[in-house]
This record gives sequence, C-alpha cells and structure tokens, in this order.
Amino acid sequence: MSFDEGYTTADGRTIGKPVMKVDNITLRFGGVTAISDISFDIREGEIRAIIGPNGAGKTSMLNVINGFYHAQEGQITFKGETRSRMRPYMAAKSGISRTFQNVALFTGMSTLDNIMAGRQLKMHKNFLWQMLRYGPAMEEEIEHRRAVEEIIDFLEIEHIRRTPVGQLPYGLQKRVELGRALAAEPSLLLLDEPMAGMNVEEKEDMSRFILDVNDQFGTTITLIEHDMGVVMDIADRVVVLDYGRKIADGVPSEVQKNQAVIDAYLGVPH
Amino acid sequence: MLYREAGQFKTNYKADNAIFPILQDRLAIIVYLVVGFTVIPYFGSDFFINSMMIPFLIFTLAAIGLNILVGYTGQISLGTGAFMGVGAYSCYKLVTIFPDTNIILLILLSGGFAAAVGMIFGLPSLRIKGFYLVVTTLAAQFFLEWCFIRIPWLYNYNASGAIEVPRREVMGVIITGAEASATTRYVVVLSIVVVMTWIASNLIHGRIGRSWMMIRDMDIAAELIGVRPLYAKLSAFAVSSFYAGVAGAMMVFLWLGAAEVESFDVNHSFLILFMVIIGGLGSLVGSYLGAAFIWMLPILLRAAPDWFGLDIIAATMEHFNFMIVGGLIIFFLIVEPHGLARIWSLVKQKLRVWPFPY
Amino acid sequence: MDLLYSIFADPFVQMFSLPDFFLQVLWEGFVTGTLYALIALGFALIFKASGVFNFAQGIMVVFAALSLVGLYAAGVPAYLALVLAVGIMAVLAISVERLVLRHMVNQPDIILFMATIGLSYFLIGFGEFIFGGETKSMITTELGLPTGSTVLEPFDGILILQHIDIAAVVIAAILVGSLAFFFSKTRIGRALRAVADDHQAALSVGISLNQIWAIVWFAAGIVALATGIMWGARSDVSFALQIVALKALPVLILGGFTSIPGAIVGGLIIGFGEKLFEVYWGGLLGGGVEGWFAYVIALIFLLFRPQGLFGEKIIERV
Repeated sequence: MSFDEGYTTADGRTIGKPVMKVDNITLRFGGVTAISDISFDIREGEIRAIIGPNGAGKTSMLNVINGFYHAQEGQITFKGETRSRMRPYMAAKSGISRTFQNVALFTGMSTLDNIMAGRQLKMHKNFLWQMLRYGPAMEEEIEHRRAVEEIIDFLEIEHIRRTPVGQLPYGLQKRVELGRALAAEPSLLLLDEPMAGMNVEEKEDMSRFILDVNDQFGTTITLIEHDMGVVMDIADRVVVLDYGRKIADGVPSEVQKNQAVIDAYLGVPH
Repeated sequence: MLYREAGQFKTNYKADNAIFPILQDRLAIIVYLVVGFTVIPYFGSDFFINSMMIPFLIFTLAAIGLNILVGYTGQISLGTGAFMGVGAYSCYKLVTIFPDTNIILLILLSGGFAAAVGMIFGLPSLRIKGFYLVVTTLAAQFFLEWCFIRIPWLYNYNASGAIEVPRREVMGVIITGAEASATTRYVVVLSIVVVMTWIASNLIHGRIGRSWMMIRDMDIAAELIGVRPLYAKLSAFAVSSFYAGVAGAMMVFLWLGAAEVESFDVNHSFLILFMVIIGGLGSLVGSYLGAAFIWMLPILLRAAPDWFGLDIIAATMEHFNFMIVGGLIIFFLIVEPHGLARIWSLVKQKLRVWPFPY
Repeated sequence: MDLLYSIFADPFVQMFSLPDFFLQVLWEGFVTGTLYALIALGFALIFKASGVFNFAQGIMVVFAALSLVGLYAAGVPAYLALVLAVGIMAVLAISVERLVLRHMVNQPDIILFMATIGLSYFLIGFGEFIFGGETKSMITTELGLPTGSTVLEPFDGILILQHIDIAAVVIAAILVGSLAFFFSKTRIGRALRAVADDHQAALSVGISLNQIWAIVWFAAGIVALATGIMWGARSDVSFALQIVALKALPVLILGGFTSIPGAIVGGLIIGFGEKLFEVYWGGLLGGGVEGWFAYVIALIFLLFRPQGLFGEKIIERV
C-alpha cells in the first residue's frame, strides 16, 4: 500500500491518508531532552497507539501536538497545514480534542456543564444576547444541549447528569472527560491513558466506547496506553517510544515481536 | 411537603434549562419582588430604608461584581473599592458635563468607564496567576485612590476634594440630591439591582459563564478546549468592574449624596471581599446573603445593647463588632467554607424532603 | 522636550549636585527598606512553613507593640514588659494554631488566607478594646534603644543618621541572621521546611504539624514584636500601621514568598526605589506616589518574571 493512499482493513473499516504528520520533533526542558527527533504519522480514521515505558515522553508528545508545549525543533502537519508552533486554541479549533492522564475536569461544574463546555467553540451568540438569555442565545443553548444529550446517551451517563463531577468515582470521571472531548466533534481525538486505574469491566466498557466512536463518527484516535492487551486488541498501528526516542512503528503484531521493544519493557539496559 | 418537586417533570430542554426549574422557587422569587417593591417602601421607616436596605442593595451589587471575578472566574481582586470610585467619579463628571441627561442612564454609563479601567488593570491577569494577582489589583486600588485626589478635574476643582450630588429628576420625580426621598431612591436602586442581577444570572448560566468557570477550575484544560483566556478573563474583569462602577455611582448619587476618597479605600475592597466569601464564592444568592450579613450585622450589634438594656458605649460596640465579624469569618470558613449560600441550599434540600428526614 | 529633560536628566542632576542630600535619601530608603524587610520576614516565615499568607501579620505587629506599651503603662518595668510581650505573642501563636489552623488543615490556601483576614479583623477589635485606639508612643529609651543622632559631613554637606535607625538596621540584621541559621542548621528548621513543602509527607515522617505551626507563628510573633518596636520608635504606634503591612506584598513578590534573603533584598529594593522615586520624580506627578509605587514596581516585575526574583520557575504539567 502506498504511503499516501488509504486502505480498507480486514473488518471493513476505511482508513484514509495521513491526517497528521509529526516530523523530527525535539523537545527540551532546560537540560532535559524529553523528546528526541521523533517522526510518525497518523492516518485518518485509524486507531493509533503510543506506548512505551514510563517517562518515555508519550504525554509530552501529546502536549506538543496540542500546542501546550512548543518543540524546539521539528514541525507538525495537520490536515495539510504545517506548523512549528501550535497554540492550544488553534489546535482545538482545527479539530483536535483530548483527555488527560490525571482527569482534568472542571470540578466545580456538573457532568452536563462539563460536556457542554466541550461545545464552547461552537457557540457564537454574542454578549448582548447572552445577557438576555433569550431568543438566539437560548436557541443556541438548546441546540447544543441536544447534541450533548446524545453524547450522554452514548456514554450511558444519564444518571449523573447533574452531579458535580468532583463527587464522581474515578471511572465515571474518565467517561465524562471522554464525553467532553467528544462534544467538540473532533477530527483527531487524543486519549492519554484512558484506562488507567480501571478494572477489567471498566476497561471493556471504555474499549467499546472508543471503538464505537471510531466506528460511528469516523474519528481518528490516538491513545497512550499501558495495557498491552487493549493495545493489541483495538489499535491499528502502534508507535513505541523509549527515553524520548521512537524505537518501533507498525502494526501491533510486528511491534510485539520487536526485540528493542521487548528490551525496553523488560528494562534491559540499552 | 411544601417544597416537593414530585410531579414537576420537564418535557423539553428549554424547561429543563430554566434557572428556577422548581415551581416553588419561582413563586418565592415573585414573593421577594412583591415584598421588595411594595411592602418595604410602604411599611419601612426612613431609617430602615436609608441605612439598611439601600446600602445593602448597593453592596450586593458590588458583591455580585466581585463574585463574578473571584467566585466564578477565580481571579482574586482587592480593587473593588477603587472601581466603585471610578464609577462614582465618572458619574459625577458625566452629570457635570451633561446636566440634562437622564441620571439613571448616566449611572449606567459610568459603569462602562469602570469596566474600561477594570479591563486595563485586568490585563496582567493573563500573565500573573493566583495569589500574585492580589498585587495587581492593589496597585489599581492605590493608584486610583491617588488619582481621585491628585486629579482635581475629577471633583471639579472643588476645594475640599469631595464630590456633592446635585438635584436631578426623572419624569418629574426628584431622584438625587438632598430633597430626594428615601423611598424614591430605594425603588430606583432596587430596580437597577434586580435587573442587573437578572443579567448576571443569564451570563453565568450561558456560554460566557461557563468559560469563566472553566478558567477558574482548570485554566490549562480550558485553553486546550478552545477557551481564550484573554476573552474570558478580560470579560470577567469588565463585567465585574461594570457592576462595581454602577454600585459606586449609586452609592454616591442615591445613598450618601456626597463622597470623598475614603469612601472607596482599600478597607471597602476588603469589606466587599468578605461579603463574597461569607456569602459564598460562586453564588449570586450568596452575594445577597453576604452583603446582608456584613452590612446588617454591625447595625444590629450596635442596637443590641439597647434591646438588652445594657449600657455599652458606642466605641466599645465598634470593637466588639470587629471581633465578632472576624470571629464569624473564621467560624464560617472552618464550618462551611462555601458560605451562607451553601447553608441556604442545605436548608432547601432538607425542606424538599420535609417532613421526612431523608 | 522639557518633559523629557525633567524625567531623564533633571533628577540625576539634582542627585549629583547635592550629594549629601542624595546620601540622606539613600539612607532613608535603606532604613525604610530594612523595616519593610522585617515585616516581609514575618510573612515569609509563616508562608515558608505553612503555605499560608498570614494577612494578620500587620495587625500582629501593632498588637505586639501595643502589648509592650500597654504593659509598661500599667506599671511593668521595661525589660520585664518586653519578656511578657514575647510571652503574649507565644500565647497568641498557640491560640491561633489551636483555634484556627488545626481545623483547617485540608483547606485550600485561599481559604486559609481568608481565615487570616478574619483573624486580623478580630485582632483589630480585640486590640482596640484592650488598649484603646489612640496613638501611643513607643518606650524607646526605656528599652535601652539609642536616641539622638550622628552627624556626618560627606562632600562638605550634612548627613544625619538617627541612632534609632542604625539600631533598627542592626537588630534586623541579627534577626535575619539568626532565622537563616535556624532554618538551615537546626532540626526544627528542617522540619519547618518539610512542612512548607508538603503537609502530608511531613506528617508521614512523624513531624507534628501542630507543634511546627505553633513554633512558626511564635517566631513570626517575635519578628512582629521587633518590627513593632522599631516602627513604633520611628513613628508611633497606631492602627494605621497595618495598612503599611500591605507593603510587604510587593516586597515578597520581588523577593519570593519563601525566601528569607529574598525578603531582605526585596525590602531594600522597594525601600530605595520608593524613596528615590518620591524625592526625585514625585514632584512631576504631584507627590504622594509612595502609596502606589511599590505595587506598580511589583506589577511590572511580575509581568516579566511571574515567579519573583528568587522563586522557582513553575513548569506546568498536564
């Protein structure tokens, strides 16, 4: 298969051309090099996993894609546009959404409000209408409420709609955070350890949601994950990082057998 | 039993989105409004209206403004006094320059000036976060105080440095100045405060309010969602200062009748901050409760010895005032850091299931 | 053109044409700066050990000074009054720990800050109730502090150094030195630093938070007493002093909230800066700029270096 063309998977999903390309990214904090000359791509519609031992630079990589950290070298191409520095606002606007390793929900707000927050960029009715909360502003709220309710339905969290998220158990918080990311109707969804701290049942639920999102909405998904079983099951392709460098890149079955990867995880000095 | 919401089902999003979804709450609001607009003016003594209700409402408005900034957006500010001053002095100059314009309109316009100044002093909040922001707002407070003294144009080159309110009418009714009756002034203040509370509530429940709360809770995540900190923070400063400005203008024109720099000093900034904290951060109801508490309590305390037949001199009462307020602040922060508003909502929750315990 | 000259040239011309006056201004700035540093020190101590910005520090300064003067007025001999005043501050520290801090262990910092505001209100009322609200003079001579002044003659001019000012600087230096030593070399000092870093971690290694806090507030109380004496000696003891305490904020911004040497450096910068600006540039603005200059400096500073001079750069992680 040619690099720039799409293809169809064995189970009938269509995977398109690369929608994001990361080229030679290097990220340093003072004397510490978190990411060193990493390049990979993400294809439209695929589920891409980024794996690696702790401290390999996976979250930093997501932060660079988001525009939260600025890489000293290298550039990112998303939907055809190349940038060396991305601002978080621009990343969000161009359709990148994400969840965080340590759930970053707005603890003072309810589930409903948190997911509504994800719709922020789609709300435009100006200040004057907001002051009156009538007419156009109200219609806009309701239109977005409708969309949010669909997500709530999808994620099966109707019963905690009005609960302040700070009171929710961890597993539900992660689900709400996924909902917030989905509310933005992203083209690229970045998930940072979405299954951390979950038991088998919760992981199965979350995997199902991820697969459904990819299936129903065609969203491209990139996830950082430690659970190898999950990665092998749901990922189309895998990038492996170690000490800030890329050590493998390919389909799960290949990567699994790669000696460098095995060494990295076993802690063999290298 | 009275406060039950059983049977009140919402069948569309619009109804569910309402600010007071429970019927009893809506009725309660109507009762408050009726009492406020008819019962109090009719039955209230001049003293009660002039020294309790009018300042209570004015400080509530300032507290709402500060609550928007501190409670909803998480930007701590000690400049409220000075922003009230900007409103007051702007109104004074507007009244001087446009003697024939409707005074109410001018009061609202002076809020605009306060908003502009507020935005300027809010700019540093884009770089400076959390506690350090106190310094910025203190800089605003002291600098503006200095301006109020050193720019004689502001008080029309008046020798005493104080501003005095001229008589103004609206539709034939005297509203400001020495001849305006307490009741008239009260009704004007109440109307303005009610409308502005409604507007604040609308803003808070919509997109803008959410963006404020997002900044407060986790500004990094907010930015990654697409909230622009510039707009969110500056709008918070603007709205907050607008409210403070209108409150300041009302304070001079509809309550005191005159003012000097001391009326807008840092002690007032602290006072309003206490109202917000005691009342409850991030709660409009809390702003009302906090203002009532901080304003009414000292008056009640001053009157208390008479009720009990004790003979305590005024100065001592003042001291006890400070001690009690300080003690209560600590007490509340220990017991209920979310303030009177939280206590109020707990009461309502109990009422919902009353007479059952849970 | 005239304006540019008066801003950029004239003040310096004045400085150099009257060098003895310039030195006088510098000296005044130095002394004021030292006193600011002392106030800031009290804040820094408590902040360093408990992460709380103790808004009540200003009123503690006043309260300490009033206790001292009040005891003396009640007939207690000066040195005994001093010792008793120290004791009063100890009682205050323990009460604050027991009645306030203990109940607020897990609260966010902003709530603790507000609690100290409540505390300051309480102390204002309490202080006024017990000691009365009028201004009092400090018992300078009775404490053995030097009075009078030394007159130097640099550049054929006059430079007057008040002895009390010199004493203030010396005492401040001793205080700072001993505190710095205490923090870095003693066991309790180490425990204090541990508590400042992480309450729970400190608890888990067996440090008693309550004890530490009581000790820290007591130390801050001593500093408050010293500050109160020195300020009172220069300009009488009154409740207005606690607004001056707000000046500590810009000092702490510059110096970093947790750094003791930083408080000194910050205090001196503000002290010098304020005096120089007021004397040489203040005329252009109509005077009275001391009220806000410090804050504006801190503000400008924060814009460029949000963590202060000595603070650590915070790398935000998501």
